[in-house]
Amino acid sequence: MAALSIIWAIARKDLLLEFRNREVILSVIAFAVLVLAIFVLAVDLTPQNARVVGPGILWTGVAFAGVTGLNRAFASETERDTFEGLMLAPVSRDLIFLGKALGVFLFMTFALAVILPVFALLFNVVIFRWEMFAIGALAIGGFSVVGTVFAAMSARVRAREIMLPMLFLPVVAPLLMAAVEVTAGVTLERSWRDTAQWLGMAAAFDAVFFVVATVVFPALLED
Amino acid sequence: MLRTILSRNLFLAVTAGMTVLTLWMVFIWAPTETEQGNIYRSLFFHVPLAWVSMVSIVGVAVASLAYIRFKDIRLDRLAVAMAETGVVCGALMLLTGMMWARPVWETWWTGEAKLTTALIMFFIYVAYLMFRSYHPAGAQRQRIAAVIAVIGAVDSLIIYVAADLWQRAHPPIILGPAGGKDGAIASQFGLTLLVAVIAFTLLYAFVASERYRIRSAEDDVVELRRLADASEGERS
Repeated sequence: MAALSIIWAIARKDLLLEFRNREVILSVIAFAVLVLAIFVLAVDLTPQNARVVGPGILWTGVAFAGVTGLNRAFASETERDTFEGLMLAPVSRDLIFLGKALGVFLFMTFALAVILPVFALLFNVVIFRWEMFAIGALAIGGFSVVGTVFAAMSARVRAREIMLPMLFLPVVAPLLMAAVEVTAGVTLERSWRDTAQWLGMAAAFDAVFFVVATVVFPALLED
Repeated sequence: MLRTILSRNLFLAVTAGMTVLTLWMVFIWAPTETEQGNIYRSLFFHVPLAWVSMVSIVGVAVASLAYIRFKDIRLDRLAVAMAETGVVCGALMLLTGMMWARPVWETWWTGEAKLTTALIMFFIYVAYLMFRSYHPAGAQRQRIAAVIAVIGAVDSLIIYVAADLWQRAHPPIILGPAGGKDGAIASQFGLTLLVAVIAFTLLYAFVASERYRIRSAEDDVVELRRLADASEGERS
């Protein structure tokens, strides 16, 4: 129980900051919606091909916007040197990781809740099915876990803005493929059985990286 | 000292000999394949390059895990040497593969599972090397780089599963002489391929070991400069 309250305290700190300056969530939503809108203009969409290419565009937008959000989430910590303070806290560092990852997860979930209806409107597709919510949660979960590790890694690197996407995007590629396939299953009105394998794969990805990230994160910070 | 130089030159001589033998076998000894024509000879480079790229991924991951455990700088140098050599081999593997695929599959690139996996892994190791050159030098860089290598190796398995699932959902369009079937490999082809794999493994080991040596020298230079700066500071 003590562990949970520590994790929540760290996530709550980030949520409170976010509630006051609205830096991360707004930028993620704005960027993702902009990507969707640009694609609507750039690609000649018909009602048929919107259902086929839409899912890929949606998740490309979410992944790119997620990278900018992750950069912001850690930039504020390094700019004001608050990360050092966090490290000095007398708590185990895997709990610090889980707290930061929970914060990112909540931001991204909130952002996705706004992005999805916009996607449905712009691409004229029906997405309100349980698979969509399941893959949304699994994809955001995996993004948050992997993204938090890589954002912490690249916090002290030159050219952080390019280093984070270079590390993050290839590693989450399998999760991205799963998200696109499940979303395509929804927009093309296929049975959930056709995409069950992808949901399983996304869950496996999350489980593996949840363990790997929690184990390796403390090793990244020891000095 | 003399013994190291001798053994290194012997290593180089054996590698060079095997390389020449491979070139002779590939371009003169092995007969032309009936369906694919001469382009099939690029496979004698492509397959060994793919093999050493795979060896690199495993080697870098093992060296990195050992570095995290034992904190020995030599393991870190070994990981860098293998990663750099592996990325070069990976790039050549992708290029030779495309050169072969264009006439034989009638496409440069498809969503085939091994291709997708190879490409994504290539990007992960490029990012690994970028990280190493952007992060300030020191123990922290080595530790984080080791973690990236381990994450990359774990990810390679998941990427392969995903790419395989993806391929079943979107069968790649493969036409041309080798479309949809695996060519039988005759004994002459098999022997040439075996010799090529051995030659490339030796070449890879030689280049990686040279890179390792240079890396050690680089570390020595950094250390000497640090000492020189420190003594300068004491004098002034």
